[in-house]
Amino acid sequence: MLSVYFSAGHPNLKDTATIICSLAKAGADIVEIGMPFSDPVADGPVIQQSSLRALKNGMSVKVLFEQLEDIRQQTQIPIVLMGYLNPVLQYGIDKFCERCKHVGVDGLILPDLPPEIFNQQYRTTFDKYNLCNILLVPPQTSSERILQLDKWSSGFLYIVAASSTTGAKQSFQPYQVEYFKRLENLKLSNPKLIGFGISSRESFDDACNYANGAIIGSAFVKALEANGEITNIVENFIREIKG
Amino acid sequence: MNYHVNEKGFYGGFGGAYIPEMMYQNIEELREKYLDIMNSATFKTEFAQLLRNYVGRPSPLYYAKRMSAHYKTNIYIKREDLNHTGSHKINNTIGQILIARQLGKTRIIAETGAGQHGVATATVCALFGMKCVVYMGSLDVKRQMPNVLRMKMLGADVIPAESGNKTLKDATNEALRDWINNPLDTHYIIGSVVGPHPYPDMVARLQSVISEEIRWQLKEQTGREKPDYVIACVGGGSNAAGAFYHFLEADEVKLVGAEAAGLGVETGETAATLFVGSPGVLHSSLTMLMQTADGQIIEPYSISAGLDYPGIGPQHAYLHKTHRGIYQPVTDKEAVDAAFKLTKLEGIIPALESAHAFALLERIKFKPSDIVVMNLSGRGDKDMQTYIDLMKHEQTK
Ligand SMILES: Cc1ncc(COP(=O)(O)O)c(C=O)c1O
Repeated sequence: MLSVYFSAGHPNLKDTATIICSLAKAGADIVEIGMPFSDPVADGPVIQQSSLRALKNGMSVKVLFEQLEDIRQQTQIPIVLMGYLNPVLQYGIDKFCERCKHVGVDGLILPDLPPEIFNQQYRTTFDKYNLCNILLVPPQTSSERILQLDKWSSGFLYIVAASSTTGAKQSFQPYQVEYFKRLENLKLSNPKLIGFGISSRESFDDACNYANGAIIGSAFVKALEANGEITNIVENFIREIKG
Repeated sequence: MNYHVNEKGFYGGFGGAYIPEMMYQNIEELREKYLDIMNSATFKTEFAQLLRNYVGRPSPLYYAKRMSAHYKTNIYIKREDLNHTGSHKINNTIGQILIARQLGKTRIIAETGAGQHGVATATVCALFGMKCVVYMGSLDVKRQMPNVLRMKMLGADVIPAESGNKTLKDATNEALRDWINNPLDTHYIIGSVVGPHPYPDMVARLQSVISEEIRWQLKEQTGREKPDYVIACVGGGSNAAGAFYHFLEADEVKLVGAEAAGLGVETGETAATLFVGSPGVLHSSLTMLMQTADGQIIEPYSISAGLDYPGIGPQHAYLHKTHRGIYQPVTDKEAVDAAFKLTKLEGIIPALESAHAFALLERIKFKPSDIVVMNLSGRGDKDMQTYIDLMKHEQTK
């Protein structure tokens, strides 16, 4: 399974629907749409830059929902929104979830919404609108907490491959492989997608050996900056990864 | 009323730990252990000894005679500017490096605005032989060059942050990213009462030595333990939190904070978070923030690098909301005038940050019998270039 991330509003404000549909057509299995934030602390340089450009282009939660209004008439690919909590809070959690359901968003990844606060304050709202809350699992997590996160997460578990912010890296190191094996042994109930640092066919294939699939972010965001038709760029990129 | 943090990390509705899971291990460990460490006999002894013999505490509480005559009241200046490294910041860094050592950490990171926290961190890292990396907005690197050079001499790596307005917020983003990338050996010494729980409480406790001393010093000098006013500047709010700490439950003590208004709260060029902000989440804390309707953070502005921050510590947001604290915006111009006045009347050149607090003396109507404690958070050495430029400007007018 291949999940691909891009920042809404980057490289151009109105690329959102084109990118989603091109990804679906080219064979991606899930799309993750990044909602830009001015201070993305969990992101490396590539996604920082794309977020800033998206904001300059005029992207916001409101604009994104407008762009997604009739996306379900064009594609049925699962759509996940990923972003920081503050823009969502300011939009209003209830209204945000309602709009997600309305346009056909399937799940959310909000890295700076800790699961404890989610469980207490927002779970019922997410449930009401049938939205998955996808949780992150980084390598230094204790097995006890991984089991908890698995219980609290829905949709899939986002396996953070390296102790790092987002961004492309080299092949897996022994500590990462050990961590993936530890996850396998825990027999988790959610599907696992490995993300952070997946950038090539090799790292994608490698990740698929240990999980149900992988997530590509920075490498795709960077690829979108090249000159040319978005459709072609996306098609070539996915072919490169999936063969 | 309880003005301290609750067991979930909140002050009323403010605070919490809105951390990505990548920081969970470190924050959870700190949350579990900080009180035990700080309450241990070894920590208490070592902290007290270092504050006395290394920092030079207690810092004097000085009766400012000429200034008192000028404002027709009784002004006592708490001299945090006389601490080693020149500000209150070292109270916190001494405490946190002891905690970091106890947690087995060997590498320290920090953010800095004015460079005072960076210098205080680099200093304790030299003292304890730990590796030190300081993130500083590249604009601040330019406007606080003496402190950059001090940090380097002390052995720290100073890494300029190039994102955003290239100031304190951006340095904090970079420090958080560093911590996410180095989760095992690193402790992040946050420089103010901001960030995720337990930082606001931990830093306030470490800075509370300020009000602890004010209490007995005032008693010694006036026979009274409690002043009528405590006045401090507020960036993130650590010097204010420390100066307020032991008076929070004493409702008769007015607690006053000066926020940096920059060119004025209505100009947009401001850092007066409580006046132009609204609740939101930044740097893992739910607090008052300068933000757009879309929830994007607005870049702040102040002449003083240490107050140039779009948020404020959650405890201050709560004290403001409950009216236990009185907060006032102070413009660049008012702060500069206050700095020159303090220099002329008392022979003390203050940091630009601290000067914001002194500007409030112009505004508040004191009684002749009032006892007013001014927290002088730092000295003006680092701001000499700004002051020199202002004097030249005056002469050519
Ligand atoms: C002298 C001085 N005072 C005040 C501040 C503001 O910080 P806080 O509000 O945490 O005391 C700084 C920060 O750099 C400072 O250097």
